[in-house]
Amino acid sequence: MTPDLQTLLLGKLSLEAIPYHEPILVMTFAAVALGGAALLGALTYFKLWGYLWREWFTSIDHKKIGVMYIIMGIIFLLRGFADAVMMRIQQSVAFGDNMGFLPPHHYDQVFTAHGVIMIFFVAMPLVTGFMNYVVPLQIGARDVAFPFLNNFSFWMTASGGALVMVSLFIGEFAKTGWLAYPPLSGIAFSPDVGVDYYIWSLQIAGVGTLLSGVNLIATIVKMRAPGMTMMKMPIFTWTSLCTNVLIVAAFPVLTAVLAMLSLDRYVGTNFFTNDLGGNAMMYVNLIWIWGHPEVYILVLPVFGIFSEVVSTFSGKRLFGYASMVYATVVITILSYLVWLHHFFTMGSGASVNSFFGITTMIISIPTGAKIFNWLFTMYRGRIQFEVPMLWTVGFMVTFTIGGMTGVLLAVPPADFVLHNSLFLIAHFHNVIIGGVLFGLMAGINFWFPKAFGFKLDAFWGKVSFWCWQIGFFFAFMPLYVLGLMGVTRRMSHFDDPSLQVWFIIAAFGAALIAAGIGAFLVQIGVSIWRRKELADFTGDPWGGRTLEWSTSSPPPAYNFAFTPRVYDNDAWHDMKAAGFQRPTGGFVDIHMPKNTGAGIILAGIAGVMGFVMIWHMWLIAGVSFAALILTAIAHTFNYNRDYYVKADEVTTTEEARTAQLAQLA
Amino acid sequence: MSFPKKLRGPAVLALTAFLAGCNTVVLNPSGDIAAQQGRLVVIATYLMLLIVVPVIILALLFAWRYRASNTKATYKPEWDHSTQLELVIWAAPLLIIIALGALTWISTHTLDPYRPLDRIGEKRPVPKDVKPLVIEVVALDWKWLFIYPEQGIATVNEIAAPVDRPIQFKITASGVMNSFYIPALAGQIYAMPAMETKLHAVINEPGVFEGFSANYSGAGFSDMRFKFHGTSNADFDAWVAKVKDANTKLDRDAYLALEKPSHKEVVRYFGGVAPDLYGAILNRCVAAGTMCVDQMMAKDHLTAMGAEDENCTPEEAKRRASVRALLAAQAQKQESRSE
Repeated sequence: MTPDLQTLLLGKLSLEAIPYHEPILVMTFAAVALGGAALLGALTYFKLWGYLWREWFTSIDHKKIGVMYIIMGIIFLLRGFADAVMMRIQQSVAFGDNMGFLPPHHYDQVFTAHGVIMIFFVAMPLVTGFMNYVVPLQIGARDVAFPFLNNFSFWMTASGGALVMVSLFIGEFAKTGWLAYPPLSGIAFSPDVGVDYYIWSLQIAGVGTLLSGVNLIATIVKMRAPGMTMMKMPIFTWTSLCTNVLIVAAFPVLTAVLAMLSLDRYVGTNFFTNDLGGNAMMYVNLIWIWGHPEVYILVLPVFGIFSEVVSTFSGKRLFGYASMVYATVVITILSYLVWLHHFFTMGSGASVNSFFGITTMIISIPTGAKIFNWLFTMYRGRIQFEVPMLWTVGFMVTFTIGGMTGVLLAVPPADFVLHNSLFLIAHFHNVIIGGVLFGLMAGINFWFPKAFGFKLDAFWGKVSFWCWQIGFFFAFMPLYVLGLMGVTRRMSHFDDPSLQVWFIIAAFGAALIAAGIGAFLVQIGVSIWRRKELADFTGDPWGGRTLEWSTSSPPPAYNFAFTPRVYDNDAWHDMKAAGFQRPTGGFVDIHMPKNTGAGIILAGIAGVMGFVMIWHMWLIAGVSFAALILTAIAHTFNYNRDYYVKADEVTTTEEARTAQLAQLA
Repeated sequence: MSFPKKLRGPAVLALTAFLAGCNTVVLNPSGDIAAQQGRLVVIATYLMLLIVVPVIILALLFAWRYRASNTKATYKPEWDHSTQLELVIWAAPLLIIIALGALTWISTHTLDPYRPLDRIGEKRPVPKDVKPLVIEVVALDWKWLFIYPEQGIATVNEIAAPVDRPIQFKITASGVMNSFYIPALAGQIYAMPAMETKLHAVINEPGVFEGFSANYSGAGFSDMRFKFHGTSNADFDAWVAKVKDANTKLDRDAYLALEKPSHKEVVRYFGGVAPDLYGAILNRCVAAGTMCVDQMMAKDHLTAMGAEDENCTPEEAKRRASVRALLAAQAQKQESRSE
């Protein structure tokens, strides 16, 4: 091949890009290749490809898409956690003459990938997965407002995630930290493809997130069951609504700022460069105008999960429903007025810093009110300590500490001595693990029986909880101390040997958390194994209060044979109390959307386009861009999009359900 | 369920962590600014513990008291509202935040790094005749350059300052963002290319203190460290003399060589510094033939104004005159340099 032709076809890509000289990556690749081959082989051997394609990949059923989001989140959790373990090991050995096992070139990619993966490809898919699965059921809808868009959104998120994974074995990932501040992320200081992987994976996944936000807002606003006024919506639906408003308002800012960074890198504009009028601080402002709402995008839905869990397992109405709603809305609005607290130390004046410090503190008022509301929901309840409730109590203790250190960091002069230190790292893991992750684990244990018809094994659930809870304190309390000792983040090597003991304690904590993750995987395995014993045919294993528990587990594709009518904010609890009888006849045809492969195909092309853009393969980039547009246009001519579940079929399904319930009684 | 017992472990750990924290540099620094900042950390923490401790205790207490097996406890499944309680749960955090907000407003202004010091310690105002020591700081890949304009010296990865004399740092960077931080002296502030930040601080105890970059800046970041020496006046003068004795001079070419990325730099002394080197670094025009940022901005301003002088308002005319004066001064400076 002539050099010109090679550049045209392959751009910057060459054999050099394969990191075969790095044993860690070669081993990882071998493991992934073997595991992947085994998985693909098994799927082929058991002839599951057709089933997966028809029933899952092309499905526009919000329940299946929700489950796929959650599976994706769990897979990426393993990758992100592997990065965390590497950092903990490196920092507990790299003292004095010992440089550890990760040179800066590798270590810097590891902490960047850890942050990006945990936020964008673990927390976001899990949160979106829950909103997808639960919201339509809670509001008595048959699906989301735009079912195809939902499938497309999922696959765009997956496609972005796949690009991050590809960067492990072809080229490298960014070495900039998870927000890729310029000038470091500019072409002058990061000429390699790492930052381009970062940009394209986030841009592609970002499309999915934004569209899913639009979809869920439309769903919640337009598709609630009759009688469900805004102030009768379940709290999880409320927090989802606010979250999606935040997504729709914040993600375009991320898209724009990354687009400007790409222009700087690809065509030589000067938005954020040091010369010719560029200013990196504009990037820092813009990325945090997205970034701060982002943390509430993660935490608001799990506040909703905790609200559902605490009221269900206390056997009691949620205390202070109205103030919970107002608190959520206030947090939503205030989250846009605090972004500057991420860079008090970049030289803003005292009045600006005080303003943003105080607005940040004000957010703790509605957050505090929420904690009190959960407390008083437990007060005079009858608390069953099932696994989701354990996570909730663990959250209330852990998150409160994280909230306190957060408010402390909001005092600018205190931030001057703690910013970028391990104290800050401890703080945000304290709220993201103690808040978001604990909530997601509570949610998985809570809604799993709804999705699969059997409960998760409680013993292994408790093992997992205690390993996480205790492991968290061991892993992050030492980081608070190290922060107060003036130790800064992102260091791959230390001189002062007196710090080492704290890092070893932290590594021990990470090992406990690893045991917690292991126990969670065992929990799922054991539960599938014992699914007959753990089966739940009632559809309402916990004594639930909201509409999702009124259906069978798993619910039929159409969710509700008849749209329920709502009179109270704990709709299902109210129906049970009023002696609700399931309708057993008079079923009619149900109008449903049809599966389509367009989502996965479009997202696949988008992923290819991202990859070739990263490597400057202009010819294939042009072709794939054209293919993307043409496929999207072709899809608009697909008029075969809906079908009717015939009344006969509905009757059969519902009669089977009636028989099942009769057997229980 | 033996809930509280199992959670006692982490609670004890948190407490010991806090106590051990008392031996830490952030809470026990050697400079007045850092000391005030450290005290603020402690005060704010105590203030918040007022509400955090009761919440944690209540969470565990309610979880235990209202467990399902305790059938003696009151059970009110429909009770979901109490106006008095709701007032309390909004008011209690509000009161704490009002107190903390007031503390924030005041301390942020008194501890603003741009504000010249008015004290060198508790009840010790700055003596009238003392002028602050000016140190110009440049973050390079991956080392620190310090220029003492009054003394006409420069160093790499080492600075010294006399005890109890206010210091004014002027801070910039050559290529990427770093953060200038000496925990024992004062809180950090970013070092950013083409921008200048300032920090006013004072060291109150003699000693050797750690300084480093607190913002990740690339491959050599972990070793981007320096020593800060707090000295007596006599020792400071001796240190300046020692640096002056160094034969090497930091002219523009030497700077351009120094600016190139390097890891784990050793301490270096420069007995002389090219005039206005710091200004040239800040304005990104050290290399011969490059236009300074401030000059370019002034020119842009004139171009953007477009129309002839006669037609503009008196304010505008005044502004143009000042821009032209700036340009003329710079042209003259450049001429003197080329000589």
